Amino acid sequence: MFDKLFSPEVLEETLWILQNEIPLAVWETVYVTVLATAFAIVLGLPLGVLLVVGEKGGVLPLPKGVMHMLNIFINLLRSVPFLILMIMVFPLTRLIVGTAVGTTASIVPLVIAAFPFVARLVETSLREVNPNIIEMAQSMGASPFQIIVKVLIPESIPSLMSNFTVAITTILGYSAMSGIIGGGGLGKIAINYGYYRYKYLVMLIAVVLLIILVQIFQSVGTRISVKSDKRLK
Amino acid sequence: MPAGLRHISRLFPLSGGFMIEIKNLSKEFETADGKVEALRNVNLTISDGDIYGIIGMSGAGKSTLVRCINMLERPTQGTVLIDGCDIGSLDKAGLRKVRREVTMIFQGFNLLMQRTCLKNICFPLELAGTDKAEAKKRALELLEIVGLPDKANAYPAQLSGGQQQRIAIARALATEPKVLLCDEATSALDPKTTHSILELIRDINARLGITVIIITHQMSVVEEICSRVAILDDGEVVEEGMVSTVFSSPKSAAAKRLVFPDGADEIMTGTPGERRIRVVFSGALAAKTPLIARMAMEEQVVASILGASTRSIGDKAYGNMLLGITGGDEMVHRAMEYLSGIEDVLVEEVTDHV
Repeated sequence: MFDKLFSPEVLEETLWILQNEIPLAVWETVYVTVLATAFAIVLGLPLGVLLVVGEKGGVLPLPKGVMHMLNIFINLLRSVPFLILMIMVFPLTRLIVGTAVGTTASIVPLVIAAFPFVARLVETSLREVNPNIIEMAQSMGASPFQIIVKVLIPESIPSLMSNFTVAITTILGYSAMSGIIGGGGLGKIAINYGYYRYKYLVMLIAVVLLIILVQIFQSVGTRISVKSDKRLK
Repeated sequence: MPAGLRHISRLFPLSGGFMIEIKNLSKEFETADGKVEALRNVNLTISDGDIYGIIGMSGAGKSTLVRCINMLERPTQGTVLIDGCDIGSLDKAGLRKVRREVTMIFQGFNLLMQRTCLKNICFPLELAGTDKAEAKKRALELLEIVGLPDKANAYPAQLSGGQQQRIAIARALATEPKVLLCDEATSALDPKTTHSILELIRDINARLGITVIIITHQMSVVEEICSRVAILDDGEVVEEGMVSTVFSSPKSAAAKRLVFPDGADEIMTGTPGERRIRVVFSGALAAKTPLIARMAMEEQVVASILGASTRSIGDKAYGNMLLGITGGDEMVHRAMEYLSGIEDVLVEEVTDHV
């Protein structure tokens, strides 16, 4: 395998793929990851808030049954392997995007897989908020909704930011997996060329690019998290 | 109410002069080990414009009591009237309104760490839906009042503990409350900072006429600032009255524990034949005169100091001393005669374990 890895023909072909397919693939990966993360946050944030405020002794206690169902629902979604989930949500994907194949279509299973995960991350972030501060807000006459939007979320922004960074890097990994069932991006390149056509150099390059993307997302995320924290001077 | 009238109403509280009336208040908590009675049949009346201390050891129920005053804790029984209004009967919206009039400061300051000081002070106004520009104007005024006009754009983490508490006080004053509840507000501060925060609270009380309730376990805080005090022990009010009266001659065991924290009365293994007398200073000017030495010279009474806990505030002495005197009735009599002749000094013979 390795003697053929750097032969002139292979290098030439790889260069062609690098120039003609990789830029689009990188763009597709970024686009899918960012959009899927955004939607996952839109769904996961309120759910995570409910998990914290709805429990007994919380800001807005919900019936025990409701909280129970909510937890089961989240655990259920989180326990389905992503590959299976992707196939299972085909009907939903068709309903929303019109097709189950392609780059945009892969956003749907990614969001379904990621939002329960994001909900759990949000839950841990909000639990870090000092309960005395919530009591303070209550003592000043804050309503449950005001506590959520003026205390819980703003006070946990740095923690939320670093958790959202965890989410985006995880989703990036998942998005590569969606290459198997017709999703676009670097995952598709790696699987199509590397796995199906034994072009290991292309696969290697795709993997290196994925690693670089993860590094970029992670360092930008960490930076935002640290910058947003007013507890540090 | 003009200052003079307020003063008179404090001295002769009429039924209408009460800001807070707590009647038959009880609170039970359900815990894993069964019911715990945090408060038992508490009755208190606090006059308008007063600075009222509630003191007790840890676990006496102070925090629960103060949280019943703004219904952060729902009492199991009893009523709380604030300015004549039974706040236990209010709905959630009504309660939120009351909480703008009964605000609170805390031991841990509880500032929003991700907001600037100015925004922290604006917080209760935001909750109340006050116009933004107006809220900012009020917040700037309050920064001036608490002596931190240059900290508007600083974040709480950049301030010292004392400064953070000042910001918390400014925030508590933003909605122009009638009552300020201070829950161990100085317990996390050093003595000097404690003093300056108490000065500020006293100033606010005098200037704005806000009724202040101070929850503390520190005698010195009550002595320094409060006019009346209630001693809470194991969920019950065991003693209540003017600070000077309660502290100079504590009657209940809990009050004695607080006033004589070192257990002066318990140092009982004296020499045989030794009699003990307790000397209580309640603002005596005698602080600077060597009282015991002069007694020895003038009356030839030799006393040994078995225990003492006194402090001088200004040029006055507060606290108590336990003296051991040998020489029988005659000596004890002469000592008591001599000491009781001094103004603001109380003398009693300690006959047994208290």
